[in-house]
Amino acid sequence: MQTSASLIYFSSVSNYTHRFVEKLKLPEGQTARLPLRTNEETLSAEEPFVLMLPTYGANGGKGSVPKQVIKFLNVESNRNLLRGVIGSGNTNFHDSYCIAGDIVAQKCAVPHLYRFELMGTEDDVSKVHKGLEEFWKQQSSLLTV
Amino acid sequence: MTTTTSKIIDPIHAINWNRVEDPKDAEVWDRLTSNFWLPEKVPLSNDIQSWAQLNDDEKRMTTRVLTGLTLLDSIQGTRGAVSLIPDVLTMHEEAVLSNLVFMEQVHAKSYSSIFSTLLSTAEIDEAFAWSVDNEPLQRKARTIVDHYEGDDPQKRKIASVMLESFLFYSGFYAPMYWSSRAQLTNTADLIRLIIRDEAIHGYYIGYKYQRNLENDSPERREELKNYTFELLQDLFDIEESYTRDLYDPLGLTEDVMAFLRYNANKTLMNLGYEALFPSEMVRVNPAILAALTPNSDENHDFFSGSGSSYVIGKAVETEDEDWDF
Repeated sequence: MQTSASLIYFSSVSNYTHRFVEKLKLPEGQTARLPLRTNEETLSAEEPFVLMLPTYGANGGKGSVPKQVIKFLNVESNRNLLRGVIGSGNTNFHDSYCIAGDIVAQKCAVPHLYRFELMGTEDDVSKVHKGLEEFWKQQSSLLTV
Repeated sequence: MTTTTSKIIDPIHAINWNRVEDPKDAEVWDRLTSNFWLPEKVPLSNDIQSWAQLNDDEKRMTTRVLTGLTLLDSIQGTRGAVSLIPDVLTMHEEAVLSNLVFMEQVHAKSYSSIFSTLLSTAEIDEAFAWSVDNEPLQRKARTIVDHYEGDDPQKRKIASVMLESFLFYSGFYAPMYWSSRAQLTNTADLIRLIIRDEAIHGYYIGYKYQRNLENDSPERREELKNYTFELLQDLFDIEESYTRDLYDPLGLTEDVMAFLRYNANKTLMNLGYEALFPSEMVRVNPAILAALTPNSDENHDFFSGSGSSYVIGKAVETEDEDWDF
């Protein structure tokens, strides 16, 4: 399925990341959720986007990036449109806090824009809302230079 | 005459991991089993020298904190997670809870490893006697146990998440405090393993609580939500007295309270509710947060740090097979 969303995210059946995205109240079509099951067809991005993804545990990074996200980023055209990453997780995971976001950011050479815990606090929601707005402004000014 | 086939009214099922109804069960099972650890792998005896440098007040606080944690893990290992098993939604949930029960016993035993490394038998006995006499500690233990023995399965889950995600943290503060001062660092490493486990336990039980809520009426959901906030308030008051008992002598109480509010917010989120305390009330001492999570400070975020100084990670040539982590 094709999407022109500027925020693409993965959220498992626990829906924490999904609930964070809902709280952002972005216009319809601006957000897209990756399919829950790996055997479903993944999304195909058409516009530059930020990827939001959770980290569920800590084991030195191994197996931290959800398979659904790997499937999505294995599509080169998706990878080329990735501009930044937002991670969610739990500080209880020590140095693996939001490590899935770190891994994707490093592999794709994009910034890890922000990190929050579980479904995020009000503070996180307003910071991400404002941060994304400014980030896209910055991005478009880069293009016009 | 017709042949009667005996129909089994209530068959007993075998667990089938090839047909998992809730993917969260398999995911959490994998996570917990790959995190498996035993206290023997942490070189606690390297802390003996560091322990000797602490003054009497510091030693007393630390010993009592660890005794309090032992009590909570004893409850969770013998009654807590066990009391959740009769109400599972899937057989795989039973398996995950069994793992959780076992790990709580590993945690409880780990504190004993710390004790036997650092303390004399007389000091250990004194600490356990204190845990029986300390009023706030007994009050919080009693509150949780009463829920586990109560007849409401959802309230048992609420109590369980409160224990996993909130009640431990007045205790977890101490080893993080010592770690931030480069003291008792091996003890802190061991406690971090426990902290990692408890995060998954709280998340999982909270998730199952929310799955069960889906079948509840709006009135019942409202009742449970109110109940959660009331119970948190009650436990918070107890935690405040407990914290004063432990940390007033060292002047750390206010610092611990911020850490408690921060974890109270996460407890509510684990149960699917919004955070209660506003951000200005949950400003955890950065040194404590760094001991818990290195690199958790704002400078590591593009949005909240000074974006201009942010350095994008070095490009790594991405090949499809690379993604097979």
